[in-house]
Amino acid sequence: MQPMSQTHSDYRLSQLDQLEAESIHIFREVAAEFEKPVLMFSGGKDSIVMLRLAEKAFYPAKIPFSILQVDTGLDFPEVMETRDRWVSRLGVNLVVASIDDAIKNGIIPDAAKISRNRLQIPTLLNAIEENGFTAAFGGGRRDEEKARAKERVYSHRDEFGQWDPKNQRPELWNLYNGRLHEGEHMRIFPISNWTELDVWDYIGREGIEIPSIYYAHQRRVFVRDGMLMSETPLNPLREGEVVEERTVRFRTCGDITLTGCVESTASTIAEIIEEVAVARKTERGATRGDDRFSEAAMEDRKKEGYF
Amino acid sequence: MDLLRFATAGSVDDGKSTLIGRLLLDSKAIFEDQLEAVEATSEAKGYDYTDLALLTDGLRSEREQGITIDVAYRYFATPNRKFIIADTPGHVQYTRNMVTGASTADLGLVLVDARQGLTEQSRRHAVILSLLRVPHLVLAVNKMDLVDFDQAVYDRIYAEFTQFATKLNVPDLEVIPISALQGDNVVTRSENMPWYSGPTLMHHLEHVHVASDRDLIDARFPVQYVVRPKSDEFHDYRGYAGQVAGGILKPGDEVVVLPSGMTSKISKIDLFDKEIAEAFPPMSVTVHLEDDVDVSRGDMIARVKNAPTPSQDIDAMVCWMTTAPLQPRQKLAIKHTTRTGRALVKDIQYRLDVNTLHRDQATNELGVNEIGRVTLRTTVPLLCDPYSKNRTTGSFILIDEATGVTVGAGMING
Repeated sequence: MQPMSQTHSDYRLSQLDQLEAESIHIFREVAAEFEKPVLMFSGGKDSIVMLRLAEKAFYPAKIPFSILQVDTGLDFPEVMETRDRWVSRLGVNLVVASIDDAIKNGIIPDAAKISRNRLQIPTLLNAIEENGFTAAFGGGRRDEEKARAKERVYSHRDEFGQWDPKNQRPELWNLYNGRLHEGEHMRIFPISNWTELDVWDYIGREGIEIPSIYYAHQRRVFVRDGMLMSETPLNPLREGEVVEERTVRFRTCGDITLTGCVESTASTIAEIIEEVAVARKTERGATRGDDRFSEAAMEDRKKEGYF
Repeated sequence: MDLLRFATAGSVDDGKSTLIGRLLLDSKAIFEDQLEAVEATSEAKGYDYTDLALLTDGLRSEREQGITIDVAYRYFATPNRKFIIADTPGHVQYTRNMVTGASTADLGLVLVDARQGLTEQSRRHAVILSLLRVPHLVLAVNKMDLVDFDQAVYDRIYAEFTQFATKLNVPDLEVIPISALQGDNVVTRSENMPWYSGPTLMHHLEHVHVASDRDLIDARFPVQYVVRPKSDEFHDYRGYAGQVAGGILKPGDEVVVLPSGMTSKISKIDLFDKEIAEAFPPMSVTVHLEDDVDVSRGDMIARVKNAPTPSQDIDAMVCWMTTAPLQPRQKLAIKHTTRTGRALVKDIQYRLDVNTLHRDQATNELGVNEIGRVTLRTTVPLLCDPYSKNRTTGSFILIDEATGVTVGAGMING
């Protein structure tokens, strides 16, 4: 028998072990109580940490639910490669909901003026409805944004997929209420209590594979709205924008046309952790065009059914 | 690094948001863009100062009304500890939110305004924290700068509060004079109050000893999920997954499975792909038994000579959380650990006045945000302990079967 590395003489768990135990508890509750859960996978570090926690929760059995990805057509190729390696290693079923297909099939309007970020919402809701998913795990964290700071771990969605922030169910102890009516579903946030730093510490500790764009690399970038954006045919340059090569990394993985990077030479997890620990801007505020539009941008998108 | 969860109670007037803002700012948990957004909003509203309450009020309706209506969770860390704050509104109409925030807290922080001393509200906050068995209580006497840092003011509030606290269950109390606005005794020791020799608030939060708060004697393991891989490699694998709710579990322990009463021995305990020598709260592990006994979700594994008594008659303090009142003969769904059943309200013994601790026995119902002593009869036996012994196996929630909404929170007496 192996001695336990986490055991301390006073039977205390480190903060990471406590967070891990809480998240695993949530995964097991959902698997036990919901008919058809699904894990919403963006390819970013938070959804990869969720996959790792789900792997641990059910080991040596396979993860007893599918993973769902909304394909915006604007995802970083590095992120897709990492996703495919995780899917094949875990032997988990992958469901892809593509925005292009949804437009082709007339499920959502082909409105060039609507951002792909907005179109993710109806595409996602349609995939949840079509597949009959009753619970959808998301990688949202309460430290990310102040509307999220108030969201429950089990976050109820009505038959339109909407969140009603003023009418949330009380959530006490570790007793989660998963009751649903026909057509409703639950969003589940198993890493609600993790901070950005916790996520990085855990990735380092577990040796988890994440997309290479999180590490410092050379990239051709230009400045838009004060953010460094990737040069890509998907995001045509506007007047006055100049492309140059810089050493950068990404703090989040989103839509390639909206997700900015930061100048950084951090090429190991330890260096990233050091950088995150002294960062003076939130990861979303610094590099996500989608959260900047208004003070309540996230709250509004969440109400409609965003992740 | 370890973890401390604490709940704050107090109204905007007590300076709670300022205090939380200061804790976050001084521990560098506030980012530039968050602060800039708050500064811009404050300026747009024509305030003379940066309103740190805007950092903590997350919902649009809260910002519009300038009040906090829901529990918000905040995070910060010092080199020794990570902190999770459950920031709860203090008004009486939000008692249920305070109960929610306190349910998982190791420590409760109650603010009072030094100029006003103890109010009905601060007494209520202390009562709720003690009902929820939050083991550590801090009374922060705020706005000491507005009473000239006068020791007599502090002494008077200290005496009044400690006398009130004798009626409550408060195992550990610290009364700290502070000025959240000027920073006295928040992170750095105040030069204005040389008469105070106790810790600063941050020092106390960093060093308060929470290791002995958990029950490491009475082994309790509610089974959450049965892991059966049905793969060639793990053909005969059958493990019981769950989160340890009390005590220490070890391979070789003689155990009983409740409610069936079947006995067996723990053959091994898995933590992911490793076998471990012992499991304790709040670890999520997978337990294996030597014998092929029937175990499923909702069962509990305990020690043969130390197990909870299964009971269908439950005597509990209930906090009611919805507008339609709780009344005798009402039927509700009940969730206790991983066990779900139905409950019939037999009797409402009394309503507790959370301001005065008076027991109103004349009442026959509980309204929203009220707390009372209730007797329930359940369809399935609950494998429970008194809440005073174990906050996990002693608590339950009540769910309205028609709406699916959580309408009550219960703490089992005994």
